[in-house]
This record gives sequence, C-alpha cells and structure tokens, in this order.
Amino acid sequence: MAVEVRIPTILRTYTGGAKAVDGSGSTLSEVIESVESGNPGIKDRLIDGGDIRRFINVYVNDEDVRFLAGLETPIDDGDVVVMLPAVAGG
Amino acid sequence: MRPRSRLDEPAQAAAYPGRVLTIDEEIRAKIVAHARRDHPDEACGIVAGSAGTDRPTRFVAMTNAERSPTFFRFDSTEQLTVWREMDDLDEVPVVIYHSHTATPAYPSRTDIGLAAEPDAHYVLVSTTECGNDEGPTEFRSFRIVDGVVTEEEVEVTSHGS
Repeated sequence: MAVEVRIPTILRTYTGGAKAVDGSGSTLSEVIESVESGNPGIKDRLIDGGDIRRFINVYVNDEDVRFLAGLETPIDDGDVVVMLPAVAGG
Repeated sequence: MRPRSRLDEPAQAAAYPGRVLTIDEEIRAKIVAHARRDHPDEACGIVAGSAGTDRPTRFVAMTNAERSPTFFRFDSTEQLTVWREMDDLDEVPVVIYHSHTATPAYPSRTDIGLAAEPDAHYVLVSTTECGNDEGPTEFRSFRIVDGVVTEEEVEVTSHGS
C-alpha cells in the first residue's frame, strides 16, 4: 500500500527538508519501517521500546492512532499519515 | 541546520528579529484572560501568524487535554485541525503559550525537554499571584532551541500599529 507520510519541521533533517515522503506497508509499523529505509534515523525519533513515543502524535486519515490500533493500525492505499510533535510541557 | 543560524546573518535579521516578541496588546490580553479563566489548571494555546513575518496575529486558545495544574498537552485532534488550518493559510505558530499557576513564568525542565518548535516564541504566563481574578501576572517570552532557553524582550503594541 502506497501512502503519503507528512513530516513535521523538527524531523525534516532526516528527510533532506522534505515535508512529505512516500511510504508503503499494510500497517503503520510497516510504513514507518519503509520511511526509515529511505531516511535512516527517523524511526528512533518516532518509536521507543516498541511503541510510539509519548510526545509524538501520529494520525492516519486524521485519526490519532492511539484511538485506533497504534502501530498495528491497518493502512490502505492512498491513506495519509501525519506526524506532529505534541505540544506539551509542565 | 537550525534556523537559529539565520540570526547571525544581517540580511535575515530584519525578517526575523528573533530576540524580541512584538505582540498586540489585544492579543496579549486574550492570553492573560485565558490563563486567569483556567486557573488553577494550566491554560495553553497558540497565536498564529503569516510565515516569515514573525508577527502573531490569530489567537487560538487550545484545550489542555491534561486539565492539570502542573502539566499541559494540546488535545491531539484539535492540534491536527489547527495545524492544518495554519498550513492552508500559510501560517506558523509564532507564539506557543501556556500558564504556570503556582510557579514563576519561566520554562520548567519539562517545557524545555518537550519544546519542538525552534522558531516559536514560547510565552509563559504566571497566575500565581492573581488566580482567577484581576491582579498582577507575569508575561514573559523565550526561545527554546536544543535545550537552551533564551529570554527575549516583549514589545507590546497598541491595536493597529
């Protein structure tokens, strides 16, 4: 499944400045692996200990994947994956 | 690599003054009013502005999904909506604000660790003294880049100037 993955400003150092990259896979986890293969290092900024980092928001078709199936969220052709750093603090 | 380096280039200095936040009094008042209203919980939001102008013009109060006196996090769905609106309007979050309700208006270790927008002015408001009422508030602005906090001047302009 081919999808567009939108990259936030702070992670564009891994994508040569690109705002969006192509990914593929049948789950979000596979899509992230495919993005990692073309943009080494980015996965570590997204995933920690087998789960999405607490302060990274990932959306599939505008739904926060925390309310879907997390990394196992199924991906269909043409889906849009958006990543945003959470805005948070204390 | 980071936009910070642009500050060293005179040609860019006019477009990105960087070391001062210039903000309209009306918008400043809206931020303070939001902080007072949500006290004792932390209030948070942004002021968007056209990309490249460094001028905050569109006030957007956000929901603190944590509803906490010691922590804030933008509601993730609302954040996506607002970020998309900014994309459509060619805007950026010029100001990212939140309140401290029992401590001074200075970035906490958590604030510094989670700051992810090196171009933003991080505005902190403290409602420690005033609570929900009229009264003194602290209103300060910072850059947070790679864990380094730099306070900047706040220049308040009257409406339309």
